Amino acid sequence: MISIKDLHKSYKMGSNSLHVLKGINFDVSEGELVAIMGSSGSGKSTLLNILGMLDLLDKGSYDLDGVPIKDLDETKAANYRNKFLGFVFQSFNLINYKTALENVTLPLYYQGMNRKDRENLAIEYLDQVGLKDWATHLPSELSGGQKQRVAIARAMVSQPKVLLADEPTGALDSQTSKEVMALIQEINSKGKTILIVTHEEEIAQMCSRIVRLKDGIIMEDQKNKMKKAI
Amino acid sequence: MKKIFDKDTWQEIFGSIQKNRTRTVITMIGVLWGIFIYIALAGSSKGLDNGFERAFQSIASNSIFVWGSYTELPYAGFKAQRPIQLKLGDVEILKKRVKGIKFIAPRNVTGVFGTVGGNIVRGNKTGTYSIYGEFPEYIKIATSKIYDGGRFINDKDIIDERKVCVIGERTQLELFEEDENPIGKFISINKINFRVIGVHKFVQGGGFGDDGDIYIPFATFKRIFNTGDRVNFFMIAADEDIDGIQVEKDIKATLKQIHKVDPKDERAIAGFNLGEIFRKTMNFASGLTFLSLIVGIATILAGVIGIGNILLISVKERTKEIGIRRALGATPSEVRSQIILESVFLTVLSGLIGIILGALVLYGINAATEDMTDFPYTNPTVPIPYVLGALFLMIVLGTLIGIIPAQKAVSIKPIEALREE
Repeated sequence: MISIKDLHKSYKMGSNSLHVLKGINFDVSEGELVAIMGSSGSGKSTLLNILGMLDLLDKGSYDLDGVPIKDLDETKAANYRNKFLGFVFQSFNLINYKTALENVTLPLYYQGMNRKDRENLAIEYLDQVGLKDWATHLPSELSGGQKQRVAIARAMVSQPKVLLADEPTGALDSQTSKEVMALIQEINSKGKTILIVTHEEEIAQMCSRIVRLKDGIIMEDQKNKMKKAI
Repeated sequence: MKKIFDKDTWQEIFGSIQKNRTRTVITMIGVLWGIFIYIALAGSSKGLDNGFERAFQSIASNSIFVWGSYTELPYAGFKAQRPIQLKLGDVEILKKRVKGIKFIAPRNVTGVFGTVGGNIVRGNKTGTYSIYGEFPEYIKIATSKIYDGGRFINDKDIIDERKVCVIGERTQLELFEEDENPIGKFISINKINFRVIGVHKFVQGGGFGDDGDIYIPFATFKRIFNTGDRVNFFMIAADEDIDGIQVEKDIKATLKQIHKVDPKDERAIAGFNLGEIFRKTMNFASGLTFLSLIVGIATILAGVIGIGNILLISVKERTKEIGIRRALGATPSEVRSQIILESVFLTVLSGLIGIILGALVLYGINAATEDMTDFPYTNPTVPIPYVLGALFLMIVLGTLIGIIPAQKAVSIKPIEALREE
């Protein structure tokens, strides 16, 4: 599903440049639930941003479901993101003046789907995350776990090839974290490819594969016996 | 274009506008005020324009006054500084030689230009008023309204040298009781009894005259004041379709010929051209309209800049939201067009409210000044092209000013936008 070869990325910080990713080779096949682990500064977020086409790679190649991701301009990247990827963020990133339902319909709006279909589909996905009854609520009226579930519904509604989650449990307590991970595992069990960036060992253990990054290179990449979240 | 008629587009715009209602409203007031000023000014200057036009209505707008003065050049054996006296006989010669004269009314007057007014007595009421000797032609040039069933001096009055008079509104007020009909009553002018045949309604036009003037037949005036063939001045109306200035020149040239004045003499035959003054006044009015346009448009511009400014701040505040939208697949052009549409929408909406308020205020001013006939202000309206022009201008300015925040929004990388807390 994902194939990355010799990926390099560096940031210019004034006169020096910071070499963040130093040759990453990494393949993900369909249906995997991958945890990308590493301490801060290891380059795990940068890797996720490049995978998410939020950032450009300097060197190397990136193929997503056979599509070479290169020569990205903003419009092309936006269309790819919309078509191929679903995002889940640590801070949920819901639009706070839109209801849960409106938040979930947003990717479909940018796909140009009509209102009726959009809402029907969004309700379906809210139902899947158990929040159908909360559709008309604003994010401020939801708990952290509920917000993250709305965000997951939003990420899933466009039926992306890959779900990218950046510390999805970082802002949640352990019980809620488990619930959210259970949801992610459930989605994965239906065949969705999911990448999770985390620094929590416990979360990583709930994934089927763990990739450990340190100083911009992959230290360890191994299969894991997925632990049930709940 | 399809986007503009898409309900979803508007839902997005309303959503983000409603997010900060107070600020949106205050911003809108900026544009609203601009367009309000524009409408109020344009309407007022139109009202003034109409008012001037109405003021000149009382007198043919191409009328010319000419009178004799002193020569400045010696000519044909005459010395300079010779007084020129217009004569009744000049009328026929002018009519014959000058093209474009519609009416010509020789007039004599006592009570202006330093002469003594007539002594008017009625019962125990007295007063001094200017007395004019008039031909019936006068009323065709100066369209004073004769009211209360009266009439103006006619040819028969002249032939019979009748002792009849048309009095002014003020004269009526001062010599008659409030509920008394002056028509048919007698007043004494310099101890001679005159029958009142009409009351003229005075409207301020060009030149002199007031609401106390008394008009008597020219022939009667000649007899009472012993003026012979002498005429104080001619009041002339030129044909509507002819250049009044040329007619004035021709008249003066002819009079110079008759009275043996050097053609180069600028002073001997004096006069003024009401058409010229009328034109100048109307030019002034259109200058005012132009000025109001400039001021109005500048004020609109200031308002629209305010909208651009507030959208810039709003884009800054919404950096994160824009980042989320872009992560979810909003293309730069979608982000851009949404912000530009917000700008245009705010501008046009506040513009429409401003137009309505401006129209209401003009309506109010109109209602308040309707009865003030001496105030040159009538029917203040804003021509539809001005309104449409303003709307068009607002759409254009709204778009242009929206480009700045829109560009700013697009220039933020989604990854940076998402990082923003």
